[in-house]
Amino acid sequence: MTTMTAQATQVYSVFIRATPEQVWEAITKPEFTQQYFYGARIEIRDGRRFSAIGDMEWDEEVLEASPPGRLVHRFVAAYDPEMAAEDASRVTWEIEPQDGGITKLTVVHDQLQSAPKTAESVAGGWMYILSGLKTLLETGEPLVA
Amino acid sequence: MDDDQVFKALADPTRRHLLDRLFERDGRTLTELESELEMTRFGVMKHLRLLEGAGLVVTRREGREKLHFLNPVPIRLIHDRWIDKYTEHRVAALADLKHELEESA
Repeated sequence: MTTMTAQATQVYSVFIRATPEQVWEAITKPEFTQQYFYGARIEIRDGRRFSAIGDMEWDEEVLEASPPGRLVHRFVAAYDPEMAAEDASRVTWEIEPQDGGITKLTVVHDQLQSAPKTAESVAGGWMYILSGLKTLLETGEPLVA
Repeated sequence: MDDDQVFKALADPTRRHLLDRLFERDGRTLTELESELEMTRFGVMKHLRLLEGAGLVVTRREGREKLHFLNPVPIRLIHDRWIDKYTEHRVAALADLKHELEESA
């Protein structure tokens, strides 16, 4: 997608008309994630972040879970063999209430220095995911039917 | 944050230039960005504030430094809302044309 070197720290942010609790649910419960996260069923449970797409399953360490404000976990692109071989990176979800029933969601994907393929691959992915998450929470419908 | 603010932020060549600089290399300080523009520090700050207000730039503190990151999500949202909607028809029309040509071939 780009000619630049992918960034070792990437920041994505979106304003969503929903409560922080709703956003937290949408990022930690599989019935929500499968509607906007490339069909992945993702669940935060027992200090791990479990993912399943089709018959592929993997999990990553949760470094911090403070509902509904902050979730930090390791990130491994286990769905792709080349990227899965790279070092684990880190994803931080920050959920902050704003005025007027709006919540600001910021995703910081960092520690990507030793995962250049992952860094390049996730850049477009986060945009798609956050756009889909906003649509789902605001309309109740997935972005792509 | 609404579409108006994003369109307004994008309607200025200096601000688009700043976004391009961040696209090339993200997470920069005001001093770094300023060094690449023929503009006062105050001017660059003003543009960055407007970009931040529109959600196109996100700032984060790292140690003593304030770093500026490009946030492409609002552009994606405008794409989903404004571009997809109007290009869909064109794609559909081309698909129909292809279908018709292949039928008559």
